[in-house]
Amino acid sequence: MDDYFAELGELFERFNVVGAFWTNIQLTFWAALIALALGTVLALMRISPIASLRFAGTAYVNVIRNTPLTVIIIFMVLVVWTLFAVTLAPGFNDNFFRLAVIGLAIYHAAFVCEAIRSGVNTVPVGQAEAARAIGLPFLAAARLVILPQAFRGSIAPLGNTLIALLKNSTVAAAGSVSWETASTMRLMIEFRPDHLYLIFFIFALGYVVLVIPIGVVTTWLSDRLAVKR
Amino acid sequence: MSSVLFDSPGPRGRRLVMFGNVASGVVVAGVVVFVLVVLAQQGQLDPALWVAALDGRAWQFYYLPGLQNTLRAAAFATVGAVAFGVLFGVGRLSLNPLVRVLSGVVVEFFRAVPVLLMMFFLWVFFSRQLTWVPDRPYAAVVVALVLYNGSVIAELVRSGVRNLPRGQSEAALAVGLTGAQSLRSVLLPQALVAMLPAVISQLVVVLKDSALGTLIAYPELLRATQILASGEQNPLQALTVAALVFIVLNWLLSVLAHRLSLTLSSRTSGKTVEGVGIGNPVAAPVVPEPH
Amino acid sequence: MRKHTIRLMAVAAAAALSLSACGGGEVGEEPTEGATTAEGGGTIRIGIKYDQPGLGYQDADTFTGFDVDVATYVADKLGYSADQIEFVESISANRETMLQNGDVDMIFATYSITDARKEVIDFAGPYFVAGQDLLVAEDNTDITGPETLEGKNLCSVTGSTSAQKIKDNYATGVNLLERPGYAECVTALGAGQVDAVTTDDIILAGLAATEANAGKFKVVGAPFSEENYGVGLPKGSELCEDINAAITEMIEDGTWEELVAKNTEGTGYTPNAELNPPTPAPCA
Repeated sequence: MDDYFAELGELFERFNVVGAFWTNIQLTFWAALIALALGTVLALMRISPIASLRFAGTAYVNVIRNTPLTVIIIFMVLVVWTLFAVTLAPGFNDNFFRLAVIGLAIYHAAFVCEAIRSGVNTVPVGQAEAARAIGLPFLAAARLVILPQAFRGSIAPLGNTLIALLKNSTVAAAGSVSWETASTMRLMIEFRPDHLYLIFFIFALGYVVLVIPIGVVTTWLSDRLAVKR
Repeated sequence: MSSVLFDSPGPRGRRLVMFGNVASGVVVAGVVVFVLVVLAQQGQLDPALWVAALDGRAWQFYYLPGLQNTLRAAAFATVGAVAFGVLFGVGRLSLNPLVRVLSGVVVEFFRAVPVLLMMFFLWVFFSRQLTWVPDRPYAAVVVALVLYNGSVIAELVRSGVRNLPRGQSEAALAVGLTGAQSLRSVLLPQALVAMLPAVISQLVVVLKDSALGTLIAYPELLRATQILASGEQNPLQALTVAALVFIVLNWLLSVLAHRLSLTLSSRTSGKTVEGVGIGNPVAAPVVPEPH
Repeated sequence: MRKHTIRLMAVAAAAALSLSACGGGEVGEEPTEGATTAEGGGTIRIGIKYDQPGLGYQDADTFTGFDVDVATYVADKLGYSADQIEFVESISANRETMLQNGDVDMIFATYSITDARKEVIDFAGPYFVAGQDLLVAEDNTDITGPETLEGKNLCSVTGSTSAQKIKDNYATGVNLLERPGYAECVTALGAGQVDAVTTDDIILAGLAATEANAGKFKVVGAPFSEENYGVGLPKGSELCEDINAAITEMIEDGTWEELVAKNTEGTGYTPNAELNPPTPAPCA
């Protein structure tokens, strides 16, 4: 038993599991912020009076959500960094971390947009009519009446998107962020294949522990903040 | 759908919009030119690279066999996921608390673990423990996709049954069916029809996630593309083609899902759910769309 | 209502079955059905890389490269003609388990002989001695070895330890980029975003020798490790002696030299002459 724990200690000393999870949490946090902003703009575009903006928003969503995330992350490095020499930070590791954040945000913004649109659909038509009746133009109606209610109605799908984003942050492995969880787990398994079950269990448990609170909080928030009609 | 939010623009508004469109058109054109100039400087517009990524040889020996493997994995994973989802979705609705809790734990676990971790684990697990499994990277891809997407479908089944009007189960009980019978012959069939479009949207998720198989050398579309690119040294060109194949295929599936949800809504008392294709069921809007 | 559901399910299942009926399209290769082991006659299954031009590469419906040529030569001496060989992809992480599980009869896939690997599998050979080296732009003069990489950008493929080795042992200030494939590393090198690509010298030579890269890159030519490429065999395989005899014959009749030259043509690459051609080690 002591040997077993000694081996475990060695495994954890050699591989920074907590650091790996911290990387995924940070990737998720920054990507979520950017995706929320971009997704809101896209949702506004998709319900806006201007046909070309609607077209652009729809095109973005249809292209991005049908592309594998792996491809988007690979393109961030292959096209944006390699060919266009876009550098987001002086250090290599920071740079690829930020490129991965942008890639994750671009992908998940399409889903944020759809989540907000589904929230817009929960706003009764009378609200929009009332906003128009008091003379609000489109942007003011959207900002003051529609979006605040829409956000409340879209908390559940936004929470699902956040959970998906957290799990998808492992795909940053394809963008040279080699110190995140999926890569770390792979290295650990290659190093100690005899501890396969334990290693997988630790990582799986880590995600369960992170995902379940997000689910609980978003369900609670969505019940609490739902506009009672 | 948004007509209630704004008037049709008047002459001044139309002029403004026109001006905006022209201005953004110019900006977009400028960006495209810039991109092409940079790509040309980098030698990426060399026709030889593009021909090698687009010719018959590339399709016959790389993209199409790869796509066949992608579709094969996706098809099996979808059928398996539906079976898994119905089984555990019904399990979560069971009257037996033990079955309910166990199904809940299984579903929540597999929904929480990233597919990529699952694939890595299963790949090593099959290679070391279940050596009788014939095509192990393939099996790892399919099983990982079944476990994850099956859990998502289990949630769709559960919420599908829950979202049916209460009158349905009340009527079933009133004609003398037991709880289990009413679930089997009245509720589940309607819930399954209601969720079919969502299952097709889920197929988009399956197809996209099958691309993760490239990391365990399952010869799917992305892997085949990489092999092509390493010989022709044209990763940008080859990946662009592969991405377009994915986009077109998934877009067609999304359109199909949308059509189905419109057609099927007459066949169920529940609301058909399309899902947004991110891998998690979206709460069906309860309030009618603003029209 | 139920009929509809069942019919829809049936359609889905039928679609899945018809897809599976097409069989597994292995990229550019025939399905593996009917394959028998070497002992049973018929065909022999050989594990190779599919994505390393110049060593093991799936070129449309054929396979090319030095490993493939050596494998074909050795198989011929073992009594298998070229059309009795069935090539199987064996990526680095999966080579030992493929041999242990009997998925392949032998592996020619830039497979370095190490003590750790010898514990679980057998090796014949070596048939080539490679060394870790650097690929740089043709006109580069300031990178002459791993210790000159301080502050430079270096690319390697995901999951390979070769770049980390440089960081640990030669140049702690080197910046590492990991890409899923060599082609992306070479693209980054061509674009000037990285200064060097690292892996075994003969792999680098193979990359430089592709048509698209002709004349753009060179192998530095100062290998700083010794990788003895062996033929991976299942533990206790009886083929080892015969394979070693075939390798010796291949070296003696000049085929070896011919194959190296053919697969690295136009790169000016020559294998490390002190160690090449190697003498196969006695079988365990």
